Amino acid sequence: MTETADRWIGASVTRLEDLPLVTGRGRFAGDIDFPHQLHMRIVRSPYAHGRLKSVDAAAALAMNGVAAVWTAKDIADLPPIEFREGPNENLSPYRQAVLAAEWVRYVGEPVAAVFAEDAYVAEDAAECVFVNIDELEPVLDAAAAPTELRPGLGTESTVCRQGYGNVDTAFRDAHTIVELDVSIGRHSAVPLETRGAIGRYDAARDVLELHGAAKVPHRNRESLARMLGRSTGGVHLYEGHVGGGFGVRGEIYPEDVLVLVAALRLGRPVKWLEDRREHMIAANQSRQQRHRIRAAIDGDGRLMAIDDDFFHDQGAYLRTHGARVVDTTCGILPGPYRLPHYRVAGHVRMTNKTPCATYRSPGRFESNFARERLMDAIADKLGLSRIEVRRRNLIAASEMPFERPLVALGDDVVYDSGRYEALLDKALAHIGWDALQRDVASRRAAGEYVGLGVAIYVEKSGLGPTDGARINIHTSGEIEVITGGASIGQGFETVVAQVCAEMLGSDYRQVRVVHGRTDRIEYGIGAHATRATVMTANAAAVAAKKVRDKALDMAAQLLQADAADLDIVGGCVVRTGMIGGPAISLGDIAHHLRPTSSTRGERDPGLSAEGWFSTSHMTYPYGVQIAVAKIDKGTGAVRIEKLLIAYDIGRAINPMLVEGQLVGGFAQGLGGSLLEEFRYDERGQPLSVTFADYLLPTAQDVPFVDILLTEDAPSGVNPLGIKGAGEGGIAAAGAVIASAVDDALGASGTISHLPIMPQQLKMMIDAFEATGAAAASSGSG
Amino acid sequence: MKPARFCYHQPTTVDEAVALLGQLAPEDGRILAGGQSLVPTMAFRMAQPPHLIDINGIAELAGIEVDGDIVRIGACVRHTAFEVAGAVPGATGVWLRKVVRHIAHYPIRTRGTFCGSVANADPASEWCCAVTAIDGRIVARSASGVRRIAANQFFEGVMATTRRDDELVTSVELSLLPEGTRCGFAEFSRRPGDFAIAMAMASYRLVDGNRIAEARIAVGGAEPMPRRIAQAEAELNGKTPSTPVFAAVADAAAAAIDPMEDSNNTADYRRGLVRTMTLRALENAA
Ligand SMILES: Cc1cc2nc3c(=O)[nH]c(=O)nc-3n(C[C@H](O)[C@H](O)[C@H](O)COP(=O)(O)OP(=O)(O)OC[C@H]3O[C@@H](n4cnc5c(N)ncnc54)[C@H](O)[C@@H]3O)c2cc1C
Repeated sequence: MTETADRWIGASVTRLEDLPLVTGRGRFAGDIDFPHQLHMRIVRSPYAHGRLKSVDAAAALAMNGVAAVWTAKDIADLPPIEFREGPNENLSPYRQAVLAAEWVRYVGEPVAAVFAEDAYVAEDAAECVFVNIDELEPVLDAAAAPTELRPGLGTESTVCRQGYGNVDTAFRDAHTIVELDVSIGRHSAVPLETRGAIGRYDAARDVLELHGAAKVPHRNRESLARMLGRSTGGVHLYEGHVGGGFGVRGEIYPEDVLVLVAALRLGRPVKWLEDRREHMIAANQSRQQRHRIRAAIDGDGRLMAIDDDFFHDQGAYLRTHGARVVDTTCGILPGPYRLPHYRVAGHVRMTNKTPCATYRSPGRFESNFARERLMDAIADKLGLSRIEVRRRNLIAASEMPFERPLVALGDDVVYDSGRYEALLDKALAHIGWDALQRDVASRRAAGEYVGLGVAIYVEKSGLGPTDGARINIHTSGEIEVITGGASIGQGFETVVAQVCAEMLGSDYRQVRVVHGRTDRIEYGIGAHATRATVMTANAAAVAAKKVRDKALDMAAQLLQADAADLDIVGGCVVRTGMIGGPAISLGDIAHHLRPTSSTRGERDPGLSAEGWFSTSHMTYPYGVQIAVAKIDKGTGAVRIEKLLIAYDIGRAINPMLVEGQLVGGFAQGLGGSLLEEFRYDERGQPLSVTFADYLLPTAQDVPFVDILLTEDAPSGVNPLGIKGAGEGGIAAAGAVIASAVDDALGASGTISHLPIMPQQLKMMIDAFEATGAAAASSGSG
Repeated sequence: MKPARFCYHQPTTVDEAVALLGQLAPEDGRILAGGQSLVPTMAFRMAQPPHLIDINGIAELAGIEVDGDIVRIGACVRHTAFEVAGAVPGATGVWLRKVVRHIAHYPIRTRGTFCGSVANADPASEWCCAVTAIDGRIVARSASGVRRIAANQFFEGVMATTRRDDELVTSVELSLLPEGTRCGFAEFSRRPGDFAIAMAMASYRLVDGNRIAEARIAVGGAEPMPRRIAQAEAELNGKTPSTPVFAAVADAAAAAIDPMEDSNNTADYRRGLVRTMTLRALENAA
């Protein structure tokens, strides 16, 4: 740990955020209380699909301590929850109303809201709200022929189409065609802290406050202000500590709107905390896709074309993201490979399940799985090794920046930099691929079901367009950085502090980073899409440079020197290279820049500046994952024995935090690959509503994750050269685990679905053993 | 996830607890032991008992007593007590110690009780399987007296027993198995610490040099309640330990059961797991 370095960028310093967290003084949504607050409890639909005939709240209203019970009628003036990216006429019929009015479309859909003196009474009263629903047949299979949810409202809300070239010709001319039908199960983020929202109206200031905000406070402020018909200046969002975001927390849900409206109309603060069961049916789910994907290959195993028709199980409504996950899937699917012709159609299908949206690595976990399954299948079909077929198709370093006529997250896809094959070679060398292959082969010969998997992928990060930061150095010497970013626990404060400290010759512990507060800075896009570090750190660097220039200019006057001869070391301005010479601290310089200071001269008051960073393109980190999987043939259980993530981050501000992101991400990816699934029965009743049926990986299930972090391809699209890490560990987890398990079975292409269930593996193995098919017969690699 | 309203009672003697239970059982008053099964179901409001009778303050129920060749496990003895070597003497103690680390996770084991698990009668409870394998007796007390119920007369189905609502399980009695008894245990759950999908317990003694006698094979988690599998025991008794013998016993156990099905596990899969677990329990005993 280089806690005293004056080079902070690149140092694995400990996190600034940790002290309150590890001493139990964090402030999560549950810790926030206001005097006289009411507690909200949501009454949810018990049916997956039905006509809502009436809601009888008389008994609940008669209970002691119940302040109000609302149904859709009480908030008829509120519009449905809007899309963050703005109105979309075609998709707008699929938006979710804050409370269901005429129809219910998933189990868990809010039908009424109870407001009471405490959470116990609220729950007692909610049990006494009687909902009269005529149950209808649910739509549960997104890949079945489209139908109607109700007259005029089709289940295919939209189809995202992208592509280029002439796919049909390529398939006609192909040497080989490989076709797969692969699918990913429904799973999502299940953070330790469930959601929470506290609404408070401060009549004295005419400000409506939402506490418990996360991820995108500024953007949510705009949406909420529009929905509630208020000026953005009269709505403020406050982010506290966040016990896990992962894409799910911080979107606008019905409950967020309700606490605000109730705070306004009932004249009391309103607190809502989601319970775990609610989280499992109400928070955004994700991932469920089925790809019918095929590739046209030439005689050397080179991709000529990919044609993918996939079905995305969106659930009952389109939430804040609209159809974004599907669009990203389309834009990112080709990954690290050269692909002359491409056609993709992503069907956004509505079903009677909990609505879906983004979960860490949306569209990439899915598309990497589909594409890498395809690459393995191509290798097996042509008798090439799984490594060789990938090598032949990787985009070369000389082709960078590499432009593909595709769009992801509204950006044209241009891979800014990358040395994919070099990373593959490093990964193979690091894990000792040849020896590993021999070892696996001999274990298989001895009857073990063990296999090797590989996945190569391109990540995306640093979604623009713009972020700002304001730096103010106080007369105490403390450096305050006010950002429009958000911290979802990833170490945001630490990395922004490191960048500022480096530019300002100060200790990173002298830096206080403000985030997630709409009352401190006007704009901000927040923390999603692996963008926070890239965008905010670059903006902070711009602001820090301006502050530095101002400090040196002021100091030049005070030290009677030329600013060009000055440097900032240890928080003091000194003459470059002169040890023990005159020095003036940043705090003192701030003092000289007070509005009333006589030494300030014509300079604007304050040792402060604002910096902005804009980008028109995302930056694309990339990785290679290698896994060794073993199947217990007596039970079908899979154990990942070894796991390597080789990842090029461009430039790591804090390698320790990058590694933490990669390992944590992989753990979640392992969950979605082997354990986690939101399942529904034939009536659309959710079956995974507790931690006894939705299985999260524990420390005992997650292997040691070996990380090979490289900085071979700094980003060309931002001055710091950084790329993001937030989603790099999870993005290819499904792909690599499937590849390894498939190899362990020794029967190529058997793994076409995630999560991989022990029952299914045991059945396959029993069948192999019965027919005497030796697992050792097919080679790995 | 807030429980419905309830009254909380805190007796300090067994007599008091039994009297309270007699009075409150008709209104669905319940015993609160470790709370590790009851409290979560109350949080989900799947259970809404209007009265809880907390037995944790009853000193008489706190211990493990050895009385000749019987060990008596009091109603407040936590799972963790069995993690300590020698807590229960001899082969029985060794067996229970092999079993206990498969129950839930450590923090849950510090609260959950042996007798609570038995009263709760989850089909996948390791203790229910153990009590069945060892032919234990459940000591149930009510205002009308004490009943000693044999394990194979106690478990009736999924979370169903022959205990009457007004009966407090004051202890479970287990026989101490003869010296030299070899004991094994194996279970499968998708994650360590989860309720098992199938489990097996196996024990036997070697007599006349190398001949198996006193075989006990019990299977849990696979059927609505644990039970000894006579066909598998018959297959084992009189044989010499070997892999083919164990495999034949495992096949017999798998063939003898009528496995439950659920949304994750077909009957066939459970049957296959019973085979694997029986084999592994035998290997673990050897
Ligand atoms: C995450 C998790 C994982 C778990 N995994 C396992 C596992 O793998 N294997 C396993 O066996 N268990 C498991 N359990 C359950 C745990 O072992 C419980 O402790 C046990 O099932 C019940 O014991 P208890 O003392 O907590 O009983 P309580 O929860 O207090 O009571 C359970 C029921 O039994 C009744 N009861 C309790 N004691 C008596 C008595 N003396 N007389 C009459 N009635 C009584 C109660 O009224 C109640 O109805 C798990 C629990 C959790 C939360």
